Amino acid sequence: MNDTDARAAVLAALREVAPDVEIEDLDTASRLRQDLELDSLDFLRLLELLADSTGVSTPEEDYAGLTTVQALIDYVAARG
Amino acid sequence: MPELRMPSLGADMERGKVIEWLVHPGDYVHRGDLVAEVDTEKTVMEIESFEEGVLAEYLVDLGETVPVGTPIARMTGTPADVAPTPSTPQTQPSPPAPVPPAPPAREVAATPGAPGAGPLARHVAHRLGVDVDRVHGTGPGGAVTPADVEAAAAAGARGRVPAEGAREAAAAAREAAIAGPTPTSRPSPPPGAPSAAGARIRSSPRARRLAAELGVDLASVAGTGPDGAVTDADVRRAAEAGGAQARAAAPTRPAEAVPEGAAAGAPTHPRRKRRPHGERPEPAATAAAPPEHGRAEPTGAAERIASLRRAVGALMARSKREIPHYYLSTTIDLDRSLEWMREANAGRPLSERLVPAALLLAASARAAKDVPEMNGFFVDGGFRPSEAVHLGVAVALRGGGLVAPAIHDADRLSPDELMAALRDLVARARAGRLRRAEMTDPTITVTNLGDLGVESVFGVIYAPQVALVGFGRVVEQPWATGGLIGVRPAVTATLSADHRVTDGLRGGRYLARVDELLQKPEEL
Repeated sequence: MNDTDARAAVLAALREVAPDVEIEDLDTASRLRQDLELDSLDFLRLLELLADSTGVSTPEEDYAGLTTVQALIDYVAARG
Repeated sequence: MPELRMPSLGADMERGKVIEWLVHPGDYVHRGDLVAEVDTEKTVMEIESFEEGVLAEYLVDLGETVPVGTPIARMTGTPADVAPTPSTPQTQPSPPAPVPPAPPAREVAATPGAPGAGPLARHVAHRLGVDVDRVHGTGPGGAVTPADVEAAAAAGARGRVPAEGAREAAAAAREAAIAGPTPTSRPSPPPGAPSAAGARIRSSPRARRLAAELGVDLASVAGTGPDGAVTDADVRRAAEAGGAQARAAAPTRPAEAVPEGAAAGAPTHPRRKRRPHGERPEPAATAAAPPEHGRAEPTGAAERIASLRRAVGALMARSKREIPHYYLSTTIDLDRSLEWMREANAGRPLSERLVPAALLLAASARAAKDVPEMNGFFVDGGFRPSEAVHLGVAVALRGGGLVAPAIHDADRLSPDELMAALRDLVARARAGRLRRAEMTDPTITVTNLGDLGVESVFGVIYAPQVALVGFGRVVEQPWATGGLIGVRPAVTATLSADHRVTDGLRGGRYLARVDELLQKPEEL
């Protein structure tokens, strides 16, 4: 999947999980937990939405690397 | 004549407004049926009926803010009251009728993540005029999906007079007719039987019957039984004291204890007539009334956050004022728990995976069962332990504030079940779709701030509960065990507890029990 599609998918999923986040102005270096205040349930939901929209299913051992919006975009782009 | 009243949806709620009716005049309403959406200023909640009967009329307008306890809808009685009684009912000796046991309130309340319908399904149902609570769910845990709703609509299952409901009503009417025209001929359950009444007023069936006979409003009676339950002796006393004094003698229901006139529309008598609009108090708080059908606007976001902040502040100030807190902390090795969780999660789809919080909640709930002094309420100068463990879970709302609704009977749920309940609860808390019982009856609360990076949290107890458990972030730590140093994932567990009920020794026992349980995750 190319970067643009991956980015669109990640932002769409984020919009769903964290409707209060201003997606348009989002710095993709934002950290999911500390900056966007996603908790573990939000994170799981985010991955679920991405699995639905892109088919990328994330094994648990990969959770640790997915700390920022950009990391998630790269991850989806590499596997989608 | 039964009435639905604006329920108290938490210790800090003083008023609320109906923003949507989920039932309509003419609908048959069972105990436990969801009847309305109520905006409490903190959140929007669906409220269930504690009465059974046919909805006769709404007593408040959509969007109208009224104090807790105000009648919001009038109902006619059960089919025994409305169905024509056969003219020769007593020709055969009638043994005590096999009255179907009313579903215990606990059962309604005890179904965590009760198969319900999501907002989308509800929306579809509303649009199609289908009664969503009568739709057979095929989703996870029997949840009603939008497709189920559409199927029900296509099958012609009309919401307002659901076939099933009509059948049940007819059956109930038949049985009632056999039993005789009055409900008082029901066999009386043994004393101490679980109350079938709603959580609104705990009372024994005997007390309710007596209250009906004597014309006493149960809501106005101060209960002296377990958990403040109203006993038949209480009802007799209230009846002797006379209606007016009985009303004033309700110290635990402040909204009703206020003298008539000063009371902001507090209910004082079951048969009171609807007040004309002109007499309705609090005109300032009353929004312009939209039409009765449709939906009123919930409180706006900014206003909600501000009022939520106030509500949380008031509750916490009360807690800090009244509860002598003590605080304990311990660090727990999570190696086994997390290893067990990884194995459990391997190969599972995302939707079925556990997060560490599920294990922490499971251990907290079981430990509360094992150390009962942490589980219950401090009311009327004494501790009332709770038999059931309803685990409150502090849920931060995006945008600010928090709510702490309960997962019912959490000590009896597996980690998988707790995980499902947690996801459901958090999603509904954030969507403003909590149920009344969830807000009112947590017996102990857990706050898990670990996700956001802190190592420990010493929380403020939610009065009238007596303990609050906190978990911080799971961190890798050097850990000495068996003379060797290793690196282990560990979490700091804390306990804030009420010194009026326990001392540090007992509190320490609680945290030690949480630790023990987390060392054997396979047994959770």
